[in-house]
Amino acid sequence: MTDLRRTCLYDLQRELGAKMVPFAGYEMPVQYPMGVMGEHLHSRAQAGLFDVSHMGQVILRAPAQALEALVPVDVQGLAEGRQRYAMFTNAAGGILDDLMIANRGDHLFLVVNAACKEADIAHLQAHLPGVEPVTDRALLALQGPLAETALARLIPGVAAMKFMDVAVLDWEGAALWISRSGYTGDDGYEISLPEDRAEAFARALLAMEEVAPIGLGARDSLRLEAGLCLYGHDIDTETSPVEAGLTWAIQKRRRTEGGFPGADRIQRELAEGPSRKRVGLLPEGRAPMRDGTALFDSETAEAPVGTITSGGFGPSLQAPIAMGYVPTALAEPGTRLWGEVRGKRLPVRVAKTPFRPSTYRT
Amino acid sequence: MKFTEEHEWLRVDGDLIVVGITEHAAEQLGDVVFVELPEPETQVAKGDEVSVIESVKAASDILAPLDGEIVEVNGAIVDNPGLVNEDPLGEAWFFKMKIDDMSALDDYMTEDEYKDFIG
Repeated sequence: MTDLRRTCLYDLQRELGAKMVPFAGYEMPVQYPMGVMGEHLHSRAQAGLFDVSHMGQVILRAPAQALEALVPVDVQGLAEGRQRYAMFTNAAGGILDDLMIANRGDHLFLVVNAACKEADIAHLQAHLPGVEPVTDRALLALQGPLAETALARLIPGVAAMKFMDVAVLDWEGAALWISRSGYTGDDGYEISLPEDRAEAFARALLAMEEVAPIGLGARDSLRLEAGLCLYGHDIDTETSPVEAGLTWAIQKRRRTEGGFPGADRIQRELAEGPSRKRVGLLPEGRAPMRDGTALFDSETAEAPVGTITSGGFGPSLQAPIAMGYVPTALAEPGTRLWGEVRGKRLPVRVAKTPFRPSTYRT
Repeated sequence: MKFTEEHEWLRVDGDLIVVGITEHAAEQLGDVVFVELPEPETQVAKGDEVSVIESVKAASDILAPLDGEIVEVNGAIVDNPGLVNEDPLGEAWFFKMKIDDMSALDDYMTEDEYKDFIG
């Protein structure tokens, strides 16, 4: 067994009673004593604090135009102080990883998935100058309707930020790189800060009535309710951004001009429509349909038409929810399909995502 | 009460045994959101997967602890899966079995032995 890495908040997490599990090479908290359901509902009702220091942070001192060679997103049009969702595509139009790109004036700041960070950094370094992995900063997320109330007590400036704004703000002499964004479908912030200040900062937030620590279990159920993709499940090197329903992230200029890996396939799918699509799925019964569940277009059909890529229980909906890929002809909300669970075909309906309206502060 | 290595408890009730999951198991599973129970009057063999329990994160099987027949199931935990977390040793029993050989129960752990087992 390989040695698991720990984030700088490991001791605090143990102290808070976290149950730790291996995730993307790190020993991470999957849940706290409140439990996944309680943490999920707390984050939806008040504010949840997540340690996402395992994710990759990268400073890029290269022209925006140069990064556009790797992503189908308009980076040149990204204003200073703003952030945008993006994905690295491959030559076949699949997705190597999804990421956030922030324009911080004299450089770009990227946040990439933990499991992909080494590969992403190598990919960036192979194509671009000025790639500087950030290895001495923690990354926290504070999410939920009271995130602003809580964070503004420590850093008043965050209240004026809007969804996808980024800013550098001071907390007791430390420079915090803050974005108003997150992975739960709710308002909130992601905060990059020096590792040696992270525990004190986390404790200051956790001391507040509204704030509870949240593990990876609830992070997953929150993002699933919000209809957000998990890399390696809902998107991967086989799925194109068009199939994944991420065309909103490909701005008009890039659609027209191309000039990114896999442009042939992506532009063709934009023009003609993809053969399959990622959809939301609501099982009609109470049995959750997990990742890997085969989908059929009838109760007796022999060959599956699609597969579930994320599935579980949505605590805010108090019902099972899932996402998966189906042929475009079967992607209309309301379409009835069958998922095979433990040898039984159970009915499931295609549904719009997010499953619960998002509450971003736009 | 007897305990299995699969974290089930067995309680003798007249000529039947009642089967449920332990507090330890309920705690490890986390919030239970779905329970599927066997049909009554089903013949089962020890080790058969007779029931499914799903928490927010994962699914696990409940195994038949002994050879016998399922005679009654507890619909209350299907209607309210959260009962498994609230009262695993009491109201949240899973099923009652008529077993072929009551003496086979002796092979399972006592409460003290189970406590040692889970450490």
